[in-house]
Amino acid sequence: MKVETVVSDSASIVPQVELLAHTRIRECYQCGKCTAGCPMAAGMDAPPTRLIRLLQLGHGEAALRAQSIWQCVSCQTCATRCPKSVDCAGVMDALRQLSAERGAATPEQQRTVLFQKAFLNNIRRNGRLNELELIGEFKLSTFLHGRSLSFLFKDATLAPDLMKRKKFHLVGEKARDRAVLARIFARCVDESLL
Amino acid sequence: MNLAYYPGCALHGSSNDYEQSLRACLEPLDVQLKEIDDWICCGATAAHSLNQKLAVALPARNLALAENQGFREMLAPCPMCSMQLLKARKAVAQDEALRRSMSEIVELEVRGETRVLNLIQLFEKIGLDRLKAAVKSPLSSMCAACYYGCLLTRPPEVVEFDDFEQPRSMEKILEALGGKTVDWNYRTECCGAGMTMASEQTVLDLSHKILSNAQAHGANCLVVACPMCHVNLDMKQANIERHYGVRHAMPVYYLSDVVGLALGFRPEALGVNRHFVPGVASSADLQVSKPATGPKAGAK
Repeated sequence: MKVETVVSDSASIVPQVELLAHTRIRECYQCGKCTAGCPMAAGMDAPPTRLIRLLQLGHGEAALRAQSIWQCVSCQTCATRCPKSVDCAGVMDALRQLSAERGAATPEQQRTVLFQKAFLNNIRRNGRLNELELIGEFKLSTFLHGRSLSFLFKDATLAPDLMKRKKFHLVGEKARDRAVLARIFARCVDESLL
Repeated sequence: MNLAYYPGCALHGSSNDYEQSLRACLEPLDVQLKEIDDWICCGATAAHSLNQKLAVALPARNLALAENQGFREMLAPCPMCSMQLLKARKAVAQDEALRRSMSEIVELEVRGETRVLNLIQLFEKIGLDRLKAAVKSPLSSMCAACYYGCLLTRPPEVVEFDDFEQPRSMEKILEALGGKTVDWNYRTECCGAGMTMASEQTVLDLSHKILSNAQAHGANCLVVACPMCHVNLDMKQANIERHYGVRHAMPVYYLSDVVGLALGFRPEALGVNRHFVPGVASSADLQVSKPATGPKAGAK
């Protein structure tokens, strides 16, 4: 009988994932219930069950490069239905965090990463989300990443529609104590990430 | 009833119609909302996707603000906010070291004692009998698909609300208002959530399935209790129709809209006229003698 040895990545990311997600990867017995209920699974390169398996086998780098982690809509169905209480949605969050920190996200999923970063930058500055500013920053950053002009101007027609409905604010709200926001961010997030 | 109010960014942004209707309908029910002074964003998906520490710190700061302002209970009408608040509350309650480090990070003592209510829970607290007694215009022609989406019931160990596969709490409220509800399959499926800007196709695909299923089961409207669900199902509905070459014409109401309508408010007083898909033009449209809004009532 031939015995194959699994060659794992230099440093396993499993302990980091487990720490961030407060869950145990090895608990998973691959029943597939998470993937069965996942609304995004059909279009995923590595749906939840497979992603967990990649981690179990030590293929952390493949998990970090999977497009699926950025396709996930965080609906929590996988974690809710898991018979072994593996927090799969938490694993997705942990993988996203590690992937973003290491710049491992694929170009196809870069748009989602840029949106999340623009969102956090906006909160760091204002304390509350300024939608117009967010859209501006997101569109600009995706454009600078070599994205299309059509995406830059997509949704532009939405502005008058929102204005007509008084759902559009040129000047957004801000929290008063924005200095504390800057300090909270500095204590949690590496400056270079945003 | 006095209650701390955590509006969250959406209700002070493009979902201000949600705030308008909930403020209007809570007034005759004797609920006074006191906005938490200097609240900040809960961090939403961006925080829990990019930094787990920040995802606890931002809501923890809001819990601490509420507690320091003397509140023991708060309303968070956005399920994203309420889930994040509850998650942070649970995390600090279970881990004293984390509670202390979070208190240092957010520069306020976080006790994690404040109760967090979603809008459905607030109506339950007011009481369905009380709600029923306040109805002036029963919603007799309404045949609603109550849509819960993800975060009202998930993760169950965090939100501890209703049945996570077969919730019924919104249906009970609708029935108290004299309306009918349909039994359908997509009440807890995801609408695409925060992908609206970054990946519109995701929203179009998922929300189309929800609208189609509601329609197939004879609903003449959708009722939601989430600003993101409303954006995806209402604002994006025209794009969904264009993309799939179908016509849904499905009005999407906030839960507070339907309570307000039953209490006799005009649609404009609730901001219903500011939705993208036209809803009822007057409360008379809710009576059985008039045909229901939309062409597909009672399709099945």
